[in-house]
Amino acid sequence: MTCREFVEFLNAWLAGELSPEESIEFERHLDACDPCIDYLNAYKRTMQLVQEVAEHDEDIPDDVPDDLITAILTAQAKKKKQG
Amino acid sequence: MSRVPDLDPGQEASLVQRLRAGEDDAYRALLELYGGSLLRAARRLLRDEDEAADALQEAFLSAFRSIDKFQENSRLSTWLYKIVVNHSLMRLRSRRAKGVESLDDLLPQFDETGHHLVPPSPWRTESDSPRDAAQRSEEEAIVRAAIDRLPDPYRTVVVLRDLEGLETAEVADLLQINANTAKVRLHRARQALRTLLDPVFGVEVVT
Repeated sequence: MTCREFVEFLNAWLAGELSPEESIEFERHLDACDPCIDYLNAYKRTMQLVQEVAEHDEDIPDDVPDDLITAILTAQAKKKKQG
Repeated sequence: MSRVPDLDPGQEASLVQRLRAGEDDAYRALLELYGGSLLRAARRLLRDEDEAADALQEAFLSAFRSIDKFQENSRLSTWLYKIVVNHSLMRLRSRRAKGVESLDDLLPQFDETGHHLVPPSPWRTESDSPRDAAQRSEEEAIVRAAIDRLPDPYRTVVVLRDLEGLETAEVADLLQINANTAKVRLHRARQALRTLLDPVFGVEVVT
């Protein structure tokens, strides 16, 4: 397996979607290639950083501003009137 | 859709009935129940407060109008989520992307033998440099900005899959692409993000 193929299959390997044979080949490359170890670690850290952003977003209150609720309800009332 | 709250089936059926009867209180209840998490999804997709508000308004008016088409075997939250995401995506398609990168420039390059053209740099790990709250928040801003620099077909997959927490099949359904394309786009987007974040998180190796 080349580094190009390693990078191509990386996501599928992380998701456990490679066949047993493909996994063995992938892991054999991983054992022998320092640049690909660095690439894999940075890729995993990227996923983790995106996850941290997602988790932090969950802590931010997500109420709809009152004026937006009013605008939507007013537009709906107008539409109802127009039939 | 995991991030939108659900009513119990009895309450949901009663709310749908009141919406179909055109009760003003039901419209407000629907907005108060689901508006917040749906506005967050629209903000994530559109990256613009005014456009997200407009998309939410269009989506709710469309939902009120088509409530008769809602099928009881699906969840109200899922149905609304799809409408909001579709209105957001329509807005995205109609505007010209600004400040985005070409994806090909952000993918790793290989020589003719398939080896890395430039060896990837190792990254500092959490244990190398523990972060305080201020650093963490600074890093999150950097990651958000990097996500924003992805071309829309890739950014939308990251937003829906990784930020909104949807399954790949749900993402594919919303974007009207097949699941394999969604997976490929997600993988490319993560590779591009790694490249964009490399100057910040990579460690220079002294040889």
